[in-house]
Amino acid sequence: MSLGNIFDIAGSGMNAQSIRLNTTASNIANAESASSSIDETYRARKPFFAVMHNEFLNVNKDNEFHAKGEEIGAGVQVKGIVESDAPLQPRFQPDHPLANEEGYVYYPNVNVVEEMTDMMSSSRSYQMNVEVLKTAKQMLQRTLMLGE
Amino acid sequence: MGSINFNNALGVHPDAMLLRGKRAEILANNLANSDTPGFKSRDINFQAMLAKETQNGMAMSSTNSAHISGGSSQSNELFFRNPSQPSIDGNTVDTQLEQTIFSRNAMDYNSSFEFLNGKFKGLKSAIRGE
Repeated sequence: MSLGNIFDIAGSGMNAQSIRLNTTASNIANAESASSSIDETYRARKPFFAVMHNEFLNVNKDNEFHAKGEEIGAGVQVKGIVESDAPLQPRFQPDHPLANEEGYVYYPNVNVVEEMTDMMSSSRSYQMNVEVLKTAKQMLQRTLMLGE
Repeated sequence: MGSINFNNALGVHPDAMLLRGKRAEILANNLANSDTPGFKSRDINFQAMLAKETQNGMAMSSTNSAHISGGSSQSNELFFRNPSQPSIDGNTVDTQLEQTIFSRNAMDYNSSFEFLNGKFKGLKSAIRGE
């Protein structure tokens, strides 16, 4: 039932976008979390997405949508969350309680502008998946009315 | 010859509805992967698929298991879409394009549904004889 699969696909998209929104929230919340050493400083976290391949789609033997040994995807998955390699921001603040011997405090490598655009992008993508879900639901509901 | 036969009465619409459903799935997958790096947007050639589906009704009958079924066996109608604005991460999903195609596909699904529903209504009134 291909319309039923849309629920899973759109659901996986919503899940992935909400994880992305979660990391963005975490990054923005910690944008000013200072630390006295490089190792302890918070680093911007980014999820990376990959196509999810569903083996259940292949159960159907006459499923003809195999593009040369490749099945159609079954949504999106978050492969993992990586910490950004961008350099941290050392600031000379000798009065800061967390300042090290040289008077430096380390701030995270969070780029707030980038995070805001990421937030907008993920919330739009989330909405789009909701719309897809809504449409699939309407299609399925109408089909149930067939012959009435 | 049975004059009322479901295959004859319903025509192309059940196949069309099934295909629209499958296409909706492919388009939903494209939309879900609109932020996946390297993802290539895909679609099916609806006309070609429908032609193939309806051709099955006229397939050559095989009276022996060694017979090869006739008709085209080209089943790979799934193609990659050419992006108008390729993105730097290799993703070729054009969100607005996919969304319009998705909603149009849903509309076509609904119209196939209406045709099918009309056929059923007609059959029902024929059975009742009212």
